[in-house]
Amino acid sequence: MKKIFSSLLLIVFCASFSFAQTISVSGTVKSSVDGLPLPGVNVVVKNTSYGAVTDFDGNFSLSNVASNAVVVFTYIGFKTLELPVSASMQVAMVEDNESLDEVILIGYGAKSRKDVTGSVSMVKSETIEKLKPVDVAQALQGRSTGVSVTTASGSPGSGFRVLIRGVSSNSDNDPLVVVDGYIASMNSVNPDDIESLTVLKDAQAAIYGIEGANGVILVTTKKGSKNTAPKVSYSAYTGVQETSKKLSLLNNVEYAALMNESYAANGEALPYPDLNNLGNNTNWQDNLFDEAMITNHNISLSGGTDSVTYYLGASQLDQEGIIASDKSNFKRNNVKLSLGIDVNEKVKTTLNLNYFANERRTINESGLGSVLFNAISYSPLYALDQEDLNGAFGNEIINPFSQIRDTYNSYFGNSIEGNFQIEYKVIEGLTATTRMGFKTYDDKAKSFSPIVNYGAGKVFNTDRSTVTQNKREYNSYTWDTFINYKKSFLQDHNAELTVGMAVTKDWGDGLTATGYDVPNNSWEFADIALTTGTNDAKENSSFTYDNRLLSYFTRLQYDFKGKYLLSAMIRRDASSAFDQDYRVDYFKSATAGWKISDENFMQNSSFVDFLKLRASYGTLGNLVGSDLYRASLNGEATYVFNGVLTNGTALGPLPNPVASWETAEKLDIGLDAQLFGNKLEIVADYFVEDRVDLLVPGLPFSGILGATAPGSGTPVVNAGTTRTKGFELLLNYAGEIGDDFNYNLGYNVTKLDGEVISINGDVALEGGSFGIGQLAPSRMEVGQPIGYFYGLKTDGIFQTQAEVDAHPSQAGLGNAAQPGDLRFVDVNQDGQIDANDRTFIGKPLPDFIMGFNVALDYKNFDFSAYAYAELGKDMVRNYERDQKNVNRLDYYLDRWTGPGTSNEVPRATTGATSNKLFSDFFVEDASFLRIQNIQLGYTIPSDVTSKVGVSKFRIYASVNNAFTFSKYKGFDPAATNGNALGGGIDPGFYPVTRQYLLGLNVSF
Amino acid sequence: MKTTNNNILLMVVGFILATGIYSCTDQFLDEEENYIIDSEGYFNSEEDYYLALVGAYDLLQATYVNNLLGEIASDNTLCGGESATDVIGFQQIDDMTHTPVNSNLRDVWNWMFAGVKRTNYFLEFQNKTDFEGRDKMIAEVRFLRAYFHFELVKWFGGIPIKEYENALAGGGKRFAPGDETSIPRYSASDVYALIESDLTYAVNTLEYSAPQVGRVTKGAAQALLGKAYLFQDKFTEAADVLQNLINNGPYQLVSDFSEIFENDGENGVESVFEVQYTDGEGAGFGCLQCSEGNVAVGFMGIRNHTGPLYDSGYSFNVPVQTAYDAYNSNDTRRDVSILDIVAWAETTGATYVEGYEHTGFYNRKYLPRKGDQNIGDQNLTNPNNYRSIRYADVLLMAAEALNRGGINDTQALSYLNQVRERAFGDDSQNSTATGSALTDAILEERRLELMGEGHRFFDLVRTGKAPQAINGFVAGKHEVFPIPFEEIQFSNGNWSQNPNY
Repeated sequence: MKKIFSSLLLIVFCASFSFAQTISVSGTVKSSVDGLPLPGVNVVVKNTSYGAVTDFDGNFSLSNVASNAVVVFTYIGFKTLELPVSASMQVAMVEDNESLDEVILIGYGAKSRKDVTGSVSMVKSETIEKLKPVDVAQALQGRSTGVSVTTASGSPGSGFRVLIRGVSSNSDNDPLVVVDGYIASMNSVNPDDIESLTVLKDAQAAIYGIEGANGVILVTTKKGSKNTAPKVSYSAYTGVQETSKKLSLLNNVEYAALMNESYAANGEALPYPDLNNLGNNTNWQDNLFDEAMITNHNISLSGGTDSVTYYLGASQLDQEGIIASDKSNFKRNNVKLSLGIDVNEKVKTTLNLNYFANERRTINESGLGSVLFNAISYSPLYALDQEDLNGAFGNEIINPFSQIRDTYNSYFGNSIEGNFQIEYKVIEGLTATTRMGFKTYDDKAKSFSPIVNYGAGKVFNTDRSTVTQNKREYNSYTWDTFINYKKSFLQDHNAELTVGMAVTKDWGDGLTATGYDVPNNSWEFADIALTTGTNDAKENSSFTYDNRLLSYFTRLQYDFKGKYLLSAMIRRDASSAFDQDYRVDYFKSATAGWKISDENFMQNSSFVDFLKLRASYGTLGNLVGSDLYRASLNGEATYVFNGVLTNGTALGPLPNPVASWETAEKLDIGLDAQLFGNKLEIVADYFVEDRVDLLVPGLPFSGILGATAPGSGTPVVNAGTTRTKGFELLLNYAGEIGDDFNYNLGYNVTKLDGEVISINGDVALEGGSFGIGQLAPSRMEVGQPIGYFYGLKTDGIFQTQAEVDAHPSQAGLGNAAQPGDLRFVDVNQDGQIDANDRTFIGKPLPDFIMGFNVALDYKNFDFSAYAYAELGKDMVRNYERDQKNVNRLDYYLDRWTGPGTSNEVPRATTGATSNKLFSDFFVEDASFLRIQNIQLGYTIPSDVTSKVGVSKFRIYASVNNAFTFSKYKGFDPAATNGNALGGGIDPGFYPVTRQYLLGLNVSF
Repeated sequence: MKTTNNNILLMVVGFILATGIYSCTDQFLDEEENYIIDSEGYFNSEEDYYLALVGAYDLLQATYVNNLLGEIASDNTLCGGESATDVIGFQQIDDMTHTPVNSNLRDVWNWMFAGVKRTNYFLEFQNKTDFEGRDKMIAEVRFLRAYFHFELVKWFGGIPIKEYENALAGGGKRFAPGDETSIPRYSASDVYALIESDLTYAVNTLEYSAPQVGRVTKGAAQALLGKAYLFQDKFTEAADVLQNLINNGPYQLVSDFSEIFENDGENGVESVFEVQYTDGEGAGFGCLQCSEGNVAVGFMGIRNHTGPLYDSGYSFNVPVQTAYDAYNSNDTRRDVSILDIVAWAETTGATYVEGYEHTGFYNRKYLPRKGDQNIGDQNLTNPNNYRSIRYADVLLMAAEALNRGGINDTQALSYLNQVRERAFGDDSQNSTATGSALTDAILEERRLELMGEGHRFFDLVRTGKAPQAINGFVAGKHEVFPIPFEEIQFSNGNWSQNPNY
């Protein structure tokens, strides 16, 4: 072995020193498009580390270059150029319009895009820079086929959820996020530090085994380039945010008239006999929603020598909320370091470190008890500072401004994450890599509940002040070690073998405690240290967890002439989350590709530049169901003996000893094409995914099992299968008109069709909640899309008593119908209307998701626009309080007031009706199209800026969430809590903000 | 250069080997720290048994809804609340329009079976570890099982019982998934047989004093056993056990009726069994059965009350005029049992808001009192104990058994008059009735004495008076409540719905 190394080394040295004749070179590099000089181009003599970088005028010079050497020119965004050396070189670099040379990460390896055999989407830093997302996840929306990004709130710092190819699981649909090789989350990475996002959507991701079923997002952060002079970039934006929507509510007169009518309908005295003297006409939303600032600064330094590359970045984001900006805001700081050191030609080390800190204050949002819910329920007749002392709106609605005044909380969390990697090139083609990735996140939160009284009976009243504090710590490490061996044989056969293992551990703990009686009833004194009171109950709690995963994997890739491509992989996972006998599984997949355009019969095609067919099939896992097998005494057992609280032990959730993970079986058939001189790019995919062994909670477990005992619950069983199929199509056209005008048009569409295939026992699972005390509105049922809405179907309004009499009785719903009430359909045709007549009345997931992108460049101006649409989805209006005195949406103006007046909106009454039961009256079409971003930029010509040492200076103006086109009445048709069951039910989601931004990018 | 390479190669190989040695085997997965107690390996010490016993008691607190609905369903009160749709399940029960789809009835079913579960968990392992006094704990658990079963049979009639014969012999076994499709609903008399068996064991094992206030005594077991007999019209057995209790037990009537329902009156000499509540821990609507407070109390509180003595609440379960008028004006129990809110507001200047079905009256025995800690949600954490079985109830039950069983009207009358003398302060209003007039007098006395305590509906049903007394009550249907809709579905045809639902 040693001998072979020595011989190899000798050959290499011989090759290097055979030719000693040298020349000096100088030259200029320009862009072939506009002829402008390109500064910062890497110029390296091939097979050496010797090189130079072009200056502001595109000039470079090299000395002592072998006369037969080849010089390599590389520059981001341009095609790499290799030219034989000559004394004077005038180089024109061509822009890299075709993306085929991109290197695509596929997990424990990378491939050229043209050789990839799986379904992959990629978003690059240019897009992220344009979109200015607060959270990286937003950059995927509308840019990648098959990917949708949702949020339950537009409040500052609220999280985003990414769905890849829809919802297959009823529990967890979050994709695996791998940042530079370590497992992390998207929100901790500064968007400006990201070079690219790669989304693995199909069975190609089986190399991630039990973690890959929901898809994998590979995040690559920015690195320095070798032999590059230090480059400083600064970017900043600042702007104003406002609400993207206000609900249309009744004004004072409309409200008072409605109240009168509904009281009269129930035989009660009119509350507002004189509509001419009503007093206030408060618009609670106008007063609540404010304009709020958002500011972001970002600075980075990057560069490299022949053996070291570096990237240093720092950023700060400051976002205020559009409601109560002093009580609702978000700050984020990131510091990023990326260091690459080549110890020698064989050993390369890499260090990535990311520090992330975030600070957040929140107001109560979403649902009964939230600030917005209070604002839309409160009467327009009340003054801004008026409390509901008489309980007119029930016990759960209070003045939203008082609520904000008495809201005090703080949150701070920070993390250090990153990895250290050693890559050793053993011999040509054989590389061994080991890397340790880690993440540690600490956070602390505090909330203070002062003594308050909003009027007798209000549930928000507090007689004793309390402060609750918690501290938590989450840690993880992943230790990967793998070997890659690449070999070509018999000329046209190329193979690559990867063998490796990964060890993963997640662990952490936390403590929560509450202190009673805060001095001075004041936030300033709100800390357990200063509290004076005690309480009998056990108010302190802690948790700890420790999950481990051990994985082995191998993958063989093979191609013949680069034309026929095959790969196969297998991974063995063992997880500590399951019982010893049920914790190991093998995940396998195979992929194949055929580059049709490389075939002889395609060589003469006039318009096909590239055409590839590919297919993949395999299994992946979704690591859910931790510890379900354990029968634990973690129920709640508290009673009172001798007058004091006495804690005992009780059974926790019922165990399922054979619980295991979910498995996805994925098939994907795709096509990649480049046409018309690489101007038109087409990527199309058809896919089918069966998700089997879904962990189904709330199965038909009878109450006799005692699962409603405090702290208990029903067992969760692997008992369901869903199937999601669909297609994706991406079209991208890049062209130019004349010399100065370039344009890029992109369109992508994903059709999603999800269905529950089986659930053991053929039962329907229920979830979500609507109103108070009503049957669950969402279902998971065989033959239906997951989480579909299940309720009564309406057929207009009863106009007359004769119509009521002619219809099956609705008394089975609790109240017999009267004229003006909703007419429900007797779905099961048993001659009476009751809960058995509930049926499919809508679904929360869209049929189609689409993205539209336009980018135009004219001389130094650039313009871009991004739009996103979801079609064919429904949402449930659940932000209307069922209480007689609260304000209403203005569709109530069209209510039924007598025969023939309305066939849509039922009568107003304070009496009992069945109109409030969950029915399609509350389900709305929530299809929407949103213009997410419009941006206009101007770059000052570099020949001007270079005089003051600036290589790039761009300013821009941008509008985010500019318009949303939708018929939906609620705040945000795009919002969802993301749950498979109960998603799409709108408790009054905090609307996304419309942002007007001004920004600049400067590079030195 | 070469040496460096080799050294690094060695390092890398060493590194990989280290990774391998450390974690190449699945043993890596077994080194977790979890702080979890395995439920199937428990019951290894007296302390384990005691802690599990506390867990069994816990579900008594969930009976708040049974007690609230026992009044709402009766002729004593209207549902009330904020509006006609406020807790629709309560409203429908008040109006006798309830259907199998009723989340509140489902709560009763679920929570009582949760109690059964915890008692059977204990009984399943009752023989694992021996210690002195274990039989007394077992007796307490069997009392609790009987208590939960008694509630279930009152509400739903026959119910499923796991390993019935074993249970009858004192064993216990938890239901397992799938049992709902195979284990039948045992008849009400089978359920009562099990209740009798459990309570007889408790009577024979326990003593009149308990180690802690709030725990079950022999007296409690005797009283509940007597009540179970009475519900089956087993008058001789009922009279025997209740008279035994009266003659041997330490209980007596509190002389001043108004003291019983105040905080200081809790666990007093008249208290035979009391469900314990406290204001020491917060609670939320997400898990009402988890509250350590008496949730029913907040529900019955005066709507938006501002004034002395009482905290506010949700104005449910409001007494009707006829209930108020049922009292003789000299009866000290009237103004203790029913608050005339109009008069109250006039004399004290208190303010309030009229809720739905406002009658002008409130169930004063269980109104939220000022002075508790009002920990959030304060409407859910009232500390008022539920006086489940009072000595006055025992006397009236004994009187009823003696009279209706044709055993001894004189003794029956004497028990009845003890209760009346306390109510009126003297013997001026004593009854002299005999025979069926005495039966009527005893039953009317139960209404007056136990007003607002959750017994009325079941007393009316078991004496056949419900169809006349309760609007909308359909004989042959409403004697029991429907099995929850969901349960009928779960049983997959194994259980049939109660008649006419």
